[in-house]
Amino acid sequence: MPKQPQAPSSPPDTWPTDHGDALYRYAYFHAHDTSLAEDLVQETLLAALTARERFSGRSSERTWLIAILKNKLVDQVRKQAREQPLAEYAENDDEAVEALFAADGHWKRPPSLWETPMRALEQKQFWQVLAHCIAGLPVAQAHAFRLCEIVGREGNEACKVLGISATNLWVLLHRARLRLRQCLEIQWFGREAKVKR
Amino acid sequence: MLSCKEVTRLVSMSYENRLSWPERVGVRMHLLMCRFCTRFAQQMRFLHAACHSFQQALQEDDAIHLSEAARLRIHNILSRNY
Repeated sequence: MPKQPQAPSSPPDTWPTDHGDALYRYAYFHAHDTSLAEDLVQETLLAALTARERFSGRSSERTWLIAILKNKLVDQVRKQAREQPLAEYAENDDEAVEALFAADGHWKRPPSLWETPMRALEQKQFWQVLAHCIAGLPVAQAHAFRLCEIVGREGNEACKVLGISATNLWVLLHRARLRLRQCLEIQWFGREAKVKR
Repeated sequence: MLSCKEVTRLVSMSYENRLSWPERVGVRMHLLMCRFCTRFAQQMRFLHAACHSFQQALQEDDAIHLSEAARLRIHNILSRNY
């Protein structure tokens, strides 16, 4: 008789109720599109169904499902990067980033002081602002930033997925960070400062 | 002396790649003297930490959820295959 796995997953037909919202939130944040996010949830759960025997019970079922969803997201980025090569975005100047510095390399608009930034993390609206800022990045920067900073892929894997060199990846991430810094300063910390005044 | 533009590039790169010794010294010297780049470096630490907490924070936002129609559709597809 085959040995029963130590910690079998719960019945798959309970997944949409137990994990549907959690998976959807993650997918929606990346896809920014309802039907695309729903498709990702469906694909994730179907893939999980096929791989059910491999669920070891070492991690929680939720963590296991999120990991499958992350792989689906990475696959999607890979596919998009094949259709629309990204290297040229790193090789051409990003005007918005160039405009931040004077010709001698000094700040043209220096960063302002963010008071008590850690308090932002406790506020629900902050996450919406951050998601909005990431969604507003040029597509190549958004892919690079999400892969490395949100999905948590290593640089060399991100390069393969995006089909770009390490140097190109650094350029895209750097530009993404400069743009996000500015976006948060205007959309969040600027607002906070005004409220205080 | 590194420029602010160059320092922001190196600070950002340090998240993916260990900087060389001269680069690290150059950045540190610059940060000692430049409060704007010091702010930038602190803000990058904040951004990095925020992204790390994003997944957890996302799970607490119950305003975003799967529609009942989609839940039912996915449930039916799973039941058919299971």
